[in-house]
Amino acid sequence: MVGAGLVVIGVGMGIGRIGGSAMEAIGRQPDAYGKIQTAMLIAAALVEGIGFAALFAV
Amino acid sequence: MPSALNKLLLFIVFTTAFFSAPYSLFASDNEPSNDLKTEIKEYISHHLEDSYDFSLFSYTNDENEHVYIGIPLPVILWDEGLQIFSSSKLHHGTSVAQVGDNYYKLDHGKIYKTDALGTLTYDESHHTINAAPLDLSITKGVASMLLIAFLMFWLFKSLAKTYSINKGVPAGVGRFFEPIVLYIRDEIARPNIGDKKHGKYMSFLLTVFFFIWFLNLVGLTPLGVNVTGNIAVTFGLALLTFVITNFTGTKDYWLHIFDPLGGSMKWYAKIPLYIILIPIEVLGIFIKPFSLLIRLYANMQAGHIVLMSLIGLMFIFKSWLGSPLSFALAFAISLIELLVALLQAYIFTMLSALYFGFAAEEHEHH
Repeated sequence: MVGAGLVVIGVGMGIGRIGGSAMEAIGRQPDAYGKIQTAMLIAAALVEGIGFAALFAV
Repeated sequence: MPSALNKLLLFIVFTTAFFSAPYSLFASDNEPSNDLKTEIKEYISHHLEDSYDFSLFSYTNDENEHVYIGIPLPVILWDEGLQIFSSSKLHHGTSVAQVGDNYYKLDHGKIYKTDALGTLTYDESHHTINAAPLDLSITKGVASMLLIAFLMFWLFKSLAKTYSINKGVPAGVGRFFEPIVLYIRDEIARPNIGDKKHGKYMSFLLTVFFFIWFLNLVGLTPLGVNVTGNIAVTFGLALLTFVITNFTGTKDYWLHIFDPLGGSMKWYAKIPLYIILIPIEVLGIFIKPFSLLIRLYANMQAGHIVLMSLIGLMFIFKSWLGSPLSFALAFAISLIELLVALLQAYIFTMLSALYFGFAAEEHEHH
């Protein structure tokens, strides 16, 4: 159960950083909104996938 | 208007199919699970599993009997010949189904062959050791997939027809779907696969996108189907991506796997590197579709568990506080799930396109 909590903390921080960085990037280059969003979603999905894999293993 | 009539007809067919053929089943409650938390847990895990009948709901009546309302589905078994019977014969595992000279019993969601009394034998770790016939049944999940497949076929066939009638201008439901189809072509397929080659992959990408999206949405309805949260289904979808990627792989794709450094080094310098590199690249072929299948499965499964647990809160709190809290949380999560349904379909399509792009790559030799 502690492992599950740690996994969620890690994944939360990861996705948070991805989202935050994407916001900053959009702020700097509003024109690239679409491309940044796509890249952000893919990266977030990859992190989330690892999170789920770990959660199911716990 | 014929199309309006068609829609009405379809609506009537579907509603009658769902509600006019309810069958009720009486079974005594053999294990009294008074513990509320275990009961909720059992209910959730039961919901996540595939079942042999399309049960809409069940309740316990005044005589303490479980009554199931739903539609029985065909059970198809291969057991020294084809055995086809209705799942209503299985009585949710409470009695033995007799088909010809064979007897079958449902135990923990699987069909086993038994004697006339329905004796099940277990080994030390409480696993059933009765013979299990090859099961090809139309289960709840298969039925929903077939339903969605027919719906998609009908929807996109009629959509395509409106284009020829309307001289290339979208009409009706096409106004909603055309931007989505164009988005998949222009934002997913073209940048990832390339202008020249994206055409031959488009049919698969579109099919898999709408199939996953529609199934995810159906999973959010109270019908309670959990198809994309079933690892066998996502395995099938990922297997298709795997097969298409590797069977359309160009020479450059395979060279990238078995000779990633190309002509940049002498052959004897490459040997120690390739002992590590080639196994990694070969593993990558399998890990890519594997991550696809785990991601979709885990996301949808987790969504269903969270949603049902929040609804279960209502029964645990047992006070005026529980219902509004449970409703508000479940409502918010439902909205997120609505987004996730689309997002997961998008991610699956996007990553499939990315892998197809690797397979279709052709670069000038240097």
